[in-house]
Amino acid sequence: MNIALDEMMETIRMIQMENLDIRTVTMGISLHDCGDSDFEKMNKKVYGKIVSLAGRLKEVAEAVEKEYGIPIINKRISITPIAEILGNATKEQAVELAKTLDKAAIELGVDFIGGYSALVHKGITKGDQTLLDALPEALSVTERVCSSVSVATTRSGINMDAVRQMGMIIKEAAERTKDQDGMACAKLVVFCNPVEDNPFMAGAFHGAGEGEVVLNVGVSGPGVVLNALKRYPEADLGEVSDVIKKTAFKITRAGELIGRIVAERLGVPFGIMDLSLAPTNAMNDSVAEILEEIGLERVGTHGTIAALALMNDAVKKGGAMASSYVGGLSGAFIPVSEDNGMIQGIIDNSLTLPKLEAMTCVCSVGLDMIALTGDVTPATLSALIADEAAIGMINKKTTAVRVIPVPGKEEGEMVEFGGLLGRAPVMGVNPFSSEKLIRRGGRIPAPLQALIN
Amino acid sequence: MRRAVVSVVGKDQVGIIAKVTTVLSDSHINILDISQTILQDFFTMMMIVDVTGIENLDRLQEQLGNTGDDLSLKINIQLEEIFQAMHRV
Repeated sequence: MNIALDEMMETIRMIQMENLDIRTVTMGISLHDCGDSDFEKMNKKVYGKIVSLAGRLKEVAEAVEKEYGIPIINKRISITPIAEILGNATKEQAVELAKTLDKAAIELGVDFIGGYSALVHKGITKGDQTLLDALPEALSVTERVCSSVSVATTRSGINMDAVRQMGMIIKEAAERTKDQDGMACAKLVVFCNPVEDNPFMAGAFHGAGEGEVVLNVGVSGPGVVLNALKRYPEADLGEVSDVIKKTAFKITRAGELIGRIVAERLGVPFGIMDLSLAPTNAMNDSVAEILEEIGLERVGTHGTIAALALMNDAVKKGGAMASSYVGGLSGAFIPVSEDNGMIQGIIDNSLTLPKLEAMTCVCSVGLDMIALTGDVTPATLSALIADEAAIGMINKKTTAVRVIPVPGKEEGEMVEFGGLLGRAPVMGVNPFSSEKLIRRGGRIPAPLQALIN
Repeated sequence: MRRAVVSVVGKDQVGIIAKVTTVLSDSHINILDISQTILQDFFTMMMIVDVTGIENLDRLQEQLGNTGDDLSLKINIQLEEIFQAMHRV
């Protein structure tokens, strides 16, 4: 069927003026066959497998990008959670492996490699503990390696011993990179109910249920949704939902097409399409501004959660129709440092940490890219993680914490992370202690929601 | 048939179509459909062209890009499937 002039113009406007892009094509690679009791052998096998499977990823993605005229911003790799293959390796060897991953990423020209991870939501194995011990150093001596740690699920409850460790790990990672404002923490996310096929960083890993190799795609497009809504300033909320749905449908279809073509050319199965609306610091490419366009004077005020719930749901409904395999996190991300609207909300004292927590009940993930005061204690960080994990566990959704306690910075100061990671105003935390809660340790039992068989 | 969309956007002036179609005919590319509008001096043209024999769009993209720079217009060529995917169920 022929495409009409105005339809062609719409696509071109979305790409050229409204920042429509494919945020990431992420190749998932299983490393299960790379485990070896001889560390040197394992190290070589890991490097060899990644470099051979992803050798053409960048080249193919760039060719497709050009032919179809739609930018692919990031090319990434996700791997089997590294803790699963560590076996008897030492902490020093685990750090060495992180350097190997970093080297592979640089060699391949990919932006990030995710999966320096451990799943410890119920218990901690020897390999998991080695990885946790190595994390602060591994993240501070590498550039492109991303890590995630699962500390809770709806089916298993919250592993508070792991939560306690994560508070200390985040703190140490920040200290080790204090010259870069605690940058290592921007590459570390703590999860409840993580998904196995997420193409977005820092939380991507290649889960246990996945195949040898797979290609997952994440689109973006807050700018497109924002501009679509601007054309309907007087629409009621049902119509607002409809406009978002239609826009999400188009964005997703573009992403699915590109993903399938890249996968086909690489000879790799297409995995999933992640529908998430991921903001950037580009002008008008902000999730917060969509919420403001729906009718808030400033993001964070009363009504923010209602608007976010409406938007998140509409994105899913439109996207689900457009893709044959929806997966990943698929919803709205609300990272602070990567979203100009969120940053402004905090500067204007409209958006607060408690409100951000509440927003995570209805958005797709959690507390993301939030700069905290440098003097925050490990126990407070752990308690913050426990709160998020509880929200995820009870609501059967993914939640996550990626916060950066910026060494030496105080509330109200601004931190620049640069690039896609953006900049963030430093936020304060509740001054009262959660020390005793965290010290108790143990597990918070799985909730009644887990008993669904 | 492999089809692509050539889009030309910018300020209206004499000879836009002539210059763009010259680039295409020099590369032996058949034009299947043309539509254009002018809104308040703002020229928009979309052409659907047959790129079946053309393995690599790079050279064509560069030539059209140069023509675009000469005329201060934005000229792009991209494969048609992206439009089909976004606008047809």
